[in-house]
Amino acid sequence: MSEVDHGRRKFLWESAALAGIALAPGITLYDLAHGRRPEAAASGKVRWGLLVDMNRCQPACDACVRACDTENGLSGGKTVTDSQWIRKIDLTDPRGSVRSLPMMCQHCADPPCVDVCPTGASFKRADGIVLVDRHICIGCRYCMMACPYGARSFVFEPVANQKPEVPRGKGCVESCTLCVHRIDRDRIPACVEACAATGHAALLFGDLNDPQSEISKRIAAVATTQVRADLRLDTAVRYQGL
Amino acid sequence: MAGVPGGACTRRTALFAAALVIALAAAVGAQAAPGAPTRVPLPSIEAGAGERCVEDTAFMRRNHMELLRHQRDVTVHEGIRTTRHSLANCVTCHAGRKTGRVTGERGFCQGCHSYAGIALDCFECHADKPAPPMAEVTR
Amino acid sequence: MLAEASRSSSRRFWALLAVGVLVVVAGLAAAHLMEERGHIVTGMNNRIVWALPHVFALFMVIAASGVLNVANIHSVFGQGAYKSCAPLSGLLCIALVAGGVAVETLDLGRPERVLATMTHHNFTSVFAWNVFLYPGLIVIVAAYLATIMDRRHGARSGAVGVASFVWRIALTTGTGSVFAFLVARQAYGTAVLVPLLLAMSFAWGLALFLVAQSAFCRWNGVALPAEVRRRMRNLLALFVLVVLFLVLIYHLTNGYFAKQIAFERFILRDGGVYPQLFWWGYVGAGSLVPLFLLWGPRGAAARDGLAAPLLVIVGAFALLYVFIVGGQAFPLELFPGYRTASSFGDGVIQAYVPSLPELALGLSGVGIAFLIALVGVRLFDFLPHDEAAAPQGAGAD
Repeated sequence: MSEVDHGRRKFLWESAALAGIALAPGITLYDLAHGRRPEAAASGKVRWGLLVDMNRCQPACDACVRACDTENGLSGGKTVTDSQWIRKIDLTDPRGSVRSLPMMCQHCADPPCVDVCPTGASFKRADGIVLVDRHICIGCRYCMMACPYGARSFVFEPVANQKPEVPRGKGCVESCTLCVHRIDRDRIPACVEACAATGHAALLFGDLNDPQSEISKRIAAVATTQVRADLRLDTAVRYQGL
Repeated sequence: MAGVPGGACTRRTALFAAALVIALAAAVGAQAAPGAPTRVPLPSIEAGAGERCVEDTAFMRRNHMELLRHQRDVTVHEGIRTTRHSLANCVTCHAGRKTGRVTGERGFCQGCHSYAGIALDCFECHADKPAPPMAEVTR
Repeated sequence: MLAEASRSSSRRFWALLAVGVLVVVAGLAAAHLMEERGHIVTGMNNRIVWALPHVFALFMVIAASGVLNVANIHSVFGQGAYKSCAPLSGLLCIALVAGGVAVETLDLGRPERVLATMTHHNFTSVFAWNVFLYPGLIVIVAAYLATIMDRRHGARSGAVGVASFVWRIALTTGTGSVFAFLVARQAYGTAVLVPLLLAMSFAWGLALFLVAQSAFCRWNGVALPAEVRRRMRNLLALFVLVVLFLVLIYHLTNGYFAKQIAFERFILRDGGVYPQLFWWGYVGAGSLVPLFLLWGPRGAAARDGLAAPLLVIVGAFALLYVFIVGGQAFPLELFPGYRTASSFGDGVIQAYVPSLPELALGLSGVGIAFLIALVGVRLFDFLPHDEAAAPQGAGAD
């Protein structure tokens, strides 16, 4: 296809889309902030976040964990040398009640792991997602020492059959990416999708910077907390009912 | 070489060195001659599934590493996921028709890298097979 | 007679060199195994990420900084009596930094990428500073050695000596900060770790110097003046006392915080191997017994022995093991007041068993330091020679 045709076709689609949105104010068919084109960089206008509703999370359920394992090509092993990007923590109150919650990288605004990484491999993207650039990670594990949540895993063995969207290999440190490869293509994290599929719908994903997003509205309406809020890390993951 | 007069020793060494140099020159010269039958092994690479590369061959031979390095920085740090120079896109086309991979003795990437003697560690982390086709699910 | 002595010392040198090379090769083989198969061959896991190799590396780096102190006492503090010790002290400093950094680098998940630390810097990380501080110490000490061993540069030895002192303080501060800046862990994240590691460097560096100096002097038939030896032992006792004091402060402060008390109970009473190592290894064998040997009511002969510095070193390893591994074995407290359980080690004390590759790797660092010191002493004039060379097997040390 020639350059001119491609440009014209794109223009026609975008005008139609724009017109479609303008026709129905308040009804967001395709939230512009999330409709990021592949050649556009992630923007600081957006801050991705996750809300965990502990009242709906079931102790016996691990759909989010299995979905994460499948999506990211993890081994699925649950020993302390296996990579676990998300885990279910069972919480027992000394006075009796038992509850459950998923724990993953909290994508802090002020991440200790980013502070301590000597090469800058552990970094925070413009839209708030904390990632590991495995091209420059030297595997020193300092970030693992620094993480208050124990969210990071070190790859102890050679990896094969990686998912093409999720490169990962021996000797580097890794953690929950908030399914950045899905978010960049306007999808939601695998754990959120799986939890919704089970009917529990305990996980909610969205843009914390957008006051009209469902997650922002819920956080404004109900009491939510951050884990280890005393550390003032301003996490993007919040828990309701903790 | 104790006991041998210095003169004999030096002459022998010089003759040996000269013979060696001439032999090497002859070998190199034989290969350098255009069209001459060559015994230098060339990389044997399995053909990929794609038709034509996104850039021309000479350019790619010299610059593919720069393209990949730049692309990886913009993809990982900025989330720019254009496909033209992405490694996954390369793999999709260049994966061998029979093996389905770019690694392996005759793989497109590995074959040339082994031949040139340059360590290839991309595929310690990156998938060396194209992604299986899947239906796009929009939110 | 002289030829006989020289041949036997030559034989000894080659034998020692062979031992050193074997130890290093074993460690390199271990590193290669870790590189090929991954860290799964070690005893480390996702809860205990720094373990036995780091105990060795940390000891060597702390001792390296402290062993230079002997030279600094002469150059910086003007105590002429220590002048003869300065070259060996500098050599040992370089040897230990090299050994410690080698172990740290070989234990990386991707050691072949260590050059990335030179091309990518994140200066909010103390590690990034250490990448410059450690090699920098080697360079500065090499320069310092040049000024004190080469008469042409002797005039500069004061300035370079001060520079090396400041640099080594900065380096040990950097090492302490690595742990001091970890906000989330109950074992770390406290400012007292910086002066504690500094005090450790004084004590352990001096202990190591005494052991190394004694060995090299005996192998080469020289001796230090008795007065210098006596003063160094006094200093060692003082440094050991200071370290003990700071360790006490660290645990007392921790114990005062109700939220830290569980950790303190673990480390000091309930944690199995960790309290054992702490009380018997560090406090008992590593501090109280040496103090008794150095300052107690015994005859002068006992005070001259190697037992005290060796025990201090044993105590150092015990303390570092408790500090590094014990500090990680205790679980992170995510939900204060609740009991937690998960598939990832939440809420439980994490078990750790050191593995052979880790031990080999750690020892190879010692081997590297040993080889550098051995070859250095053989090639150059590092040993003190204030007194006339004593005959082989004489009572000195």
